[in-house]
Amino acid sequence: MKIINVGASVTASNDKDAALLREEMRARGQLMINLMSSPGSGKTTLLSRLIRDLSEVKIAVMEADIESAVDAERIEALGAKAIQVHTDGMCHMDAGMTRAAVEALDDDAAQLIFLENVGNLICPAEYDTGAGLNMMILSVPEGDDKPLKYPLMFEQSDALVISKTDALPYFAFDLEKCAERARKLNPQIRVFPVSAKTGEGMEDLEAWLLERLAAY
Amino acid sequence: MHEMGIVLHLAKTLDETAEENKLTKIGRVTLQVGEVSGIMTDLFTDAFDYFKKKHPMLTECKLELETIPGVTWCDNCHKTYETVKYGKTCPHCGSGETWLLQGNECIIKEIEAE
Ligand SMILES: Nc1nc2c(ncn2[C@@H]2O[C@H](COP(=O)(O)OP(=O)(O)OP(=O)(O)O)[C@@H](O)[C@H]2O)c(=O)[nH]1
Ligand SMILES: [Mg+2]
Ligand SMILES: [Zn+2]
Repeated sequence: MKIINVGASVTASNDKDAALLREEMRARGQLMINLMSSPGSGKTTLLSRLIRDLSEVKIAVMEADIESAVDAERIEALGAKAIQVHTDGMCHMDAGMTRAAVEALDDDAAQLIFLENVGNLICPAEYDTGAGLNMMILSVPEGDDKPLKYPLMFEQSDALVISKTDALPYFAFDLEKCAERARKLNPQIRVFPVSAKTGEGMEDLEAWLLERLAAY
Repeated sequence: MHEMGIVLHLAKTLDETAEENKLTKIGRVTLQVGEVSGIMTDLFTDAFDYFKKKHPMLTECKLELETIPGVTWCDNCHKTYETVKYGKTCPHCGSGETWLLQGNECIIKEIEAE
C-alpha cells in the first residue's frame, strides 16, 4: 500500500467533464445557459417569455426535474424544442447528466440551450454542468436576504435575474440592497430586475443574452 | 439524496486517480469535510458503505473524515469567529454583514492504495 496525496475536490472529475462539454459546445457555436433557482421562482414563465420575444434566435430547453413533464410541455406548446430530463432523485444536474441531456435533445441548430436545473439554491451551485453561462433567478416573494443565506449560488452566477418585480408593492424587498449584497459576493454579476408577467425589464436581459451569444 | 450524489462524484474522481496512478485497489480514503458544507457525515458514511460493495476497487476501502472548521469573517468589525457557534450574526459587534471564509469544502486529502 502506498499513500497518494490527492488534494482535489471530490468533484474534480466532474469539473473535467464539464470543461470538455463546454469546449465542444463552444466549437458548435451553441451557448448553454444553466438556469438555477428555488422552486416556483418563475423559470418556466421567464423562458416562455424569452422564446416569444427572441423569435430570431433558435432556442431549445432542457427541463430537469425530479419528476413530471409539465414544464417541457409548456415550452413545447410555444413551438420551441424541449426535453424533460429526470434526475432519478438527484438534487442537481452534473456534467455527465447534462451531456446525456444535450445528446438526447439532439438539436445542432439550436443556438441558445437553456438547462432548467432542479429547483434548489444549494446543490446545483456545487456542480459545474458545462454550461457557458450560469444564470440564477430570485423572485421578489423569496426576500432580498437570500445572498446572505445561499452565497455560493450568487458567487457562481454570471447573471442574477430578480423576477416578479410586478409584486414589489406587496413585499418588503429592497432591490438595491439585494443587488449590493450579490455584488459583494460576486463583483462581476449582472443584475436584471424583470417581470415576466408585465414584460418590465425584459429588454435589458434580452439584449445582454444576444450580446453574449454574439460574443460566444 | 444529496450524500449519495457526492459519493458518486467521489467514486468517479477516485477512478480517475487510480487510472492515472495505475492502482487496482484503494484501502483508505481521507476526506476533509467542511463543518458547514451541508454534508451529513453519518448519511455520507452509510452511502459510501452501501456504494463501495458494488464498486470492486473500493470494496475494502475505509473512509476517514476530517473536519474543516467553519470560520466567518465580519465585514463590519473585521474580525473572524466560529460559524457553528454564532451563525450569521457577529458575536463581536452584532453585525449581520458576515461571510463564510472556510468550512464549505469537501476535499480528497489522500488515499492509501496499491
Ligand atoms: N406576478 C408574477 N407571477 C409570476 C411571474 N413569473 C412567474 N409567476 C408565477 O409564479 C408561479 C411559478 O412560475 P413557474 O414559471 O412555473 O416557476 P418555475 O421556477 O418554473 O417552477 P418549478 O419549475 O416548479 O420550480 C406561477 O404561478 C407563475 O404564474 C411574474 O413575473 N410575476
Ligand atoms: Mg419550471
Ligand atoms: Zn463584527
